[in-house]
Amino acid sequence: MRFLFALILLASSACATAASVLSVTEVAPGVYVHMGVHELPDTKNHGAIANIGFIVGERCVAVVDTGGNPEQGKSLKLAIKHITSKPVCYVINTHVHPDHIYGNTAFKGAGVKFVGHEKLARAMATRGTYYIDKAADQLDVKLSASDIIPPDIGVKDHLDIDLGGRTLKLTAHPAAHTDNDLTVYDEQTDTLWISDLLFIEHLPVIDGSLKGWLTELKTLESHPYKTVIPGHGPIVKDWPKSMQPEKAYLEMLLMEIRAMIKQGKYLEDAVEIVGYSAKGQWRLFDQFHRKNVTTAFAELEWEN
Amino acid sequence: MKKQKTRSWLFALLLMPALALAEGDEAEWTNKLKNQYFAGKSVEESNDIIEIEAPYRAEDPALVPIKIVSKVPQAKDSYIKKILVLVDKNPYPYVGEFEFTPDSGKADLAMRIRVNTYSNIRAIAEMNDGRLVMTKKFVKASGGCSAPIGADLDAAMQRLGKMKFRLDDAVKIGSPNLAQLLISHPNITGMQMDQVTRFVKKSHFVKEVRVSFNDKPILTAKTDIAISADPNFRFYFVPDQAGVLKAEVADTSCESPTSRDACTAGSSYSETYTVNP
Repeated sequence: MRFLFALILLASSACATAASVLSVTEVAPGVYVHMGVHELPDTKNHGAIANIGFIVGERCVAVVDTGGNPEQGKSLKLAIKHITSKPVCYVINTHVHPDHIYGNTAFKGAGVKFVGHEKLARAMATRGTYYIDKAADQLDVKLSASDIIPPDIGVKDHLDIDLGGRTLKLTAHPAAHTDNDLTVYDEQTDTLWISDLLFIEHLPVIDGSLKGWLTELKTLESHPYKTVIPGHGPIVKDWPKSMQPEKAYLEMLLMEIRAMIKQGKYLEDAVEIVGYSAKGQWRLFDQFHRKNVTTAFAELEWEN
Repeated sequence: MKKQKTRSWLFALLLMPALALAEGDEAEWTNKLKNQYFAGKSVEESNDIIEIEAPYRAEDPALVPIKIVSKVPQAKDSYIKKILVLVDKNPYPYVGEFEFTPDSGKADLAMRIRVNTYSNIRAIAEMNDGRLVMTKKFVKASGGCSAPIGADLDAAMQRLGKMKFRLDDAVKIGSPNLAQLLISHPNITGMQMDQVTRFVKKSHFVKEVRVSFNDKPILTAKTDIAISADPNFRFYFVPDQAGVLKAEVADTSCESPTSRDACTAGSSYSETYTVNP
């Protein structure tokens, strides 16, 4: 027993000092993704649950989301070193959620510009204290204010960034999954890094605007992307087919909640009734569905 | 392995009294709140006058729906005059003070509140004869006061001050009718702010809500940061004839989230609704 304990101690201290190389897959030429897991962020996975990765240009590398804790950020950095000698020049955060930004610290340094939606800095500021408190309790990750790194470049509408022979077209979206969603389009491979505007298998999580999200999906649906990288779930090669379950879920919420509001029902009723027909189709349904109904209801009750 | 199992059992056993204590924790009330609000008065504990309905575990700590259900009618000679609502363990426990009249018909009240940690929510009813009766309910929530300010902050700021009444059933003269008042306001706690980049400087919340019917008060509330964004109240009123429901709301902004010493008055908003039974 004591021996086992010593071993665990050794293993965990090794973890703390030397980050391991993060596993990544090349999903399109020069586009590398680490596939996340469908789990609630907790003290075992330390928040490392999202799809994160990087895109390699001729001159330098753009990181797209840095992971759920500083260690995962370091591991991602090692993975980049493993694949290319080119330096990281941009770190793109697709939105404010912890599983996408907590690895930022690993990339801070000269020559690296952090990029995000123009509203990302505000979202980081207003949520920062709360996030840091929660990281200790819920993820067993020690964070301080300096780990929450706001963007150097805030994107309003569109921005092109050049990695040398490779242009990434960034789009800042109106409120959808959050109020600071940014997508990355790689022209060279016709790849859209859509991040959390798309959930596959893992229940979509609304933290912005249900109506806004559906509007963005409608626009994105009309473009036939070759590859789409969701924030949670497998790589998409049949866009927009793989997006239909998410759209159907969001549309159902919209319809059913509107109907409840019209009938004079309240939030407390809605969380008990709305959307349960989708329960069998999604992972983490029990963990996120009631919260989705709550957020959407609070949005829709202001419709006229 | 077996030994480990025994140990975790032991651990669980050791933890249990601590958890039980958390649920029955009266320390905040006994040591502080009781004297702060009811010094020298006796407060009896009972569910015979009012009772609280709330989810045991909150889905969203920043938006916990609670309902206070009254067990006695609002008679002219005996009625619930006031209900004080507190969340023991919130950084600022005061949620609000709600005054009712016989014209309210029923002193029921539903609203959405912020709960910061596992805590008792308590409601103390003051009868018109001065009798004080307390009820409470334990809720498991976490982070409600520092939680993100709504999903879409800009949308919330754009609608600030907008209000609407909703009466869903046909209004009946002479009996209690349920009304809902929705107020669009981010009700910023001031606890979300970041030390480095101060995008949100102060608390900014609805401090007063006055609802009247044909100028007779129905519900008068003094509220605070523990009310969720987009304050939402459901209450009763007894119309004696056709008339106008009116809501007058005022907000304020305070330097500190947990002190009311330095506050500046904000704006006033009003909304009316014509009742035609």
